[in-house]
Amino acid sequence: MSILVHKDTKVIVQGFTGKEGTFHSQQCIDYGTKIVGGVTPGKGGQTHLDRPVFNTVKEAVDATGATVSMIFVPPAFTADAVMEAADAGIDLAVIITEGAPVKDMMYAKMYATKKGMKTIGPNCPGIITAEECKIGIMPGFIFKKGPVGLISKSGTLTYEASNQVVKEGLGITTAVGIGGDPIIGLSYKQLLPLFEADPETEAIVMIGEIGGTLEIEAAEFIKQNITKPVVAFIAGQTAPKGKRMGHAGAIISGGQGTAQEKMEALRNAGVHVVESPADIGKTVAHVLGKK
Amino acid sequence: MNIHEYQAKEIFREYGVPVPRGEVAFSGPEAKEIAQKLGGDLWVVKAQIHAGGRGKAGGVKLAKSPEEVEKIAEEMLGMTLVTHQTGPEGKKVEKVYIEEGADIQKEYYLGMVLDRSSEMPVMMASTEGGMEIEEVAAKNPEKIIKVAIDPTIGFQGFHGRKLAFGLGLSKEEIRPFIQFAEALYKVYMDKDANLIEINPLIKTGDGKFLALDAKMGFDDNALFRHPDIHEMRDLSEEDPVEHEAEKYGLSYVNLDGNVGCMVNGAGLAMATMDIIKYEGGEPANFLDVGGGASAETVAKGFELILQDENVKSIFVNIFGGIVRCDRIANGILQATKQVEVNVPVVVRLDGTNAEEAAEILKNANIPNIIPATDLADGAKKAVAAAKGELQ
Ligand SMILES: Nc1ncnc2c1ncn2[C@@H]1O[C@H](COP(=O)(O)OP(=O)(O)O)[C@@H](O)[C@H]1O
Ligand SMILES: [Mg+2]
Repeated sequence: MSILVHKDTKVIVQGFTGKEGTFHSQQCIDYGTKIVGGVTPGKGGQTHLDRPVFNTVKEAVDATGATVSMIFVPPAFTADAVMEAADAGIDLAVIITEGAPVKDMMYAKMYATKKGMKTIGPNCPGIITAEECKIGIMPGFIFKKGPVGLISKSGTLTYEASNQVVKEGLGITTAVGIGGDPIIGLSYKQLLPLFEADPETEAIVMIGEIGGTLEIEAAEFIKQNITKPVVAFIAGQTAPKGKRMGHAGAIISGGQGTAQEKMEALRNAGVHVVESPADIGKTVAHVLGKK
Repeated sequence: MNIHEYQAKEIFREYGVPVPRGEVAFSGPEAKEIAQKLGGDLWVVKAQIHAGGRGKAGGVKLAKSPEEVEKIAEEMLGMTLVTHQTGPEGKKVEKVYIEEGADIQKEYYLGMVLDRSSEMPVMMASTEGGMEIEEVAAKNPEKIIKVAIDPTIGFQGFHGRKLAFGLGLSKEEIRPFIQFAEALYKVYMDKDANLIEINPLIKTGDGKFLALDAKMGFDDNALFRHPDIHEMRDLSEEDPVEHEAEKYGLSYVNLDGNVGCMVNGAGLAMATMDIIKYEGGEPANFLDVGGGASAETVAKGFELILQDENVKSIFVNIFGGIVRCDRIANGILQATKQVEVNVPVVVRLDGTNAEEAAEILKNANIPNIIPATDLADGAKKAVAAAKGELQ
């Protein structure tokens, strides 16, 4: 078992024939993901990576039965692509693109919600169900199968965490990179109950960072609803106030959104909060009684 | 990206958000000329820096004649203004804004930001004009009236009424206030702002609302469709090293410590700073060199880090995914040939082909390159090296 995606999930790629789209689609295909086609307006009817190209998402969905779209279109056109996916009846859009304007994503997410489409990202590594289905840009081999669900705002920190978990002789069910923008799709609060309900997931790792209140909301939610052990790390304990740390959303503004307040809220919710990012794997092993 | 008060007021004018008349000046005589042109008998000279709290720090001064405007402008230009928002090093004043003196009857606060939990812009008002909104939020949160505005319906009368009644405005004041707020909403949305602060918003003796101060910030990701705003960028307000990094697509933030950090990915870069602190050291910077970490970006990274004289050691922490560690190791070796690195460099490469990478670094036999096996080992070694305790 896993959450959201598995070995039979049919995926199309928006921005299929571009440089990034091509490279990462090939990587996903090699991993075993069922990429069933792609969309590039104006290139409909062509074949790319041995798969059909369509002009519109609607045509792609009708012809292939895809339920998930992986989005690589440039920032200025990302919102349009997301809304097209929602309009075409896609269930889940995984938005890899970095640099989309906040206002665009605000409208796109509202429309997606109205159409019942879930979104992951933007500005994220994507989602991977270990050894089954990789929809994104993460290096697949790091994610060995195992009992740990992973939710993270950061890409490389996701790899770091998974690597530590695997070194402990454990592994991952599904890892979701939710992205570090001010407005993102699925977040801790929506993903935690999915892991709670997944019989294969025995523990959950959540990685947050400074800025916003998603981790605080997650803490509230965990206190009420999550029985599985949760291990958390919050990046940016040493970040200065008022400075954007790489991610558009990673900023302590008006003294709000510090790592310390998030760590405290999570601790109060019974979460195993680690101060050192090197202790993630060890702590997971410990809470699972493997050490 | 942030802009100056005078630039924000220009945008406000364009959108019919009422502001006092005024112009920017770069010299004393120019300031005097502007004062004469504006007319009247009271002027205000305002230092233009990207920080608030100027009033209390001597950066906002009243003048009663054009000659006095000139004198004050001359004193202000070139001075370093230290406010509670500039940090102890302060900011150099390079331009002043000359504005007509306003007849202040009452001061309010009006602002807009993105509310990340409702995922909508929120407008905030308070009767505590002139006070920092953070301070009001901490001490008297009930004095802040907030309305989230769903952009699919836009600014409606009820949004305005909620704010106006919350501020206790009188019947005659409600209409002009709502017009003001509606125009402000339009500015925020049209220009892809992520912050507007009017502190104070004033009511004048003749019952008008005026933006006496104006602070605006923008979504960097949307600047591509606002060339007019992009042009308002003032590089003298930014850290030159941060700007240099940006030119090369790197993200750098200077900090106070002495352990330089070079990392791929923003989250891991923050985590690297954190672990250095955890192991008893102090990070000198945040630096995300991106996914590729090629020889060029690593070389540039070394250059950026070494511009900070406090740096005593460097921790290169790269998680190689799709880009393999052996390639990154070669990149690091090449970079050390391009840039003279005279401090110990602790290198931790993990991920794809990590063992080959370790082998490459070992065989290169460069005395100041110290390989590390994992995150904790790397941080410990980098901290020890900065303290001169390694070897
Ligand atoms: N045009 C003006 N006329 C009269 N008083 C002014 C004017 N501009 C500013 N002031 C006064 O100076 C104070 C500080 O100015 P402001 O623009 O808010 O700068 P800061 O927030 O940096 O201190 C205001 O609260 C107001 O009392
Ligand atoms: Mg002010």
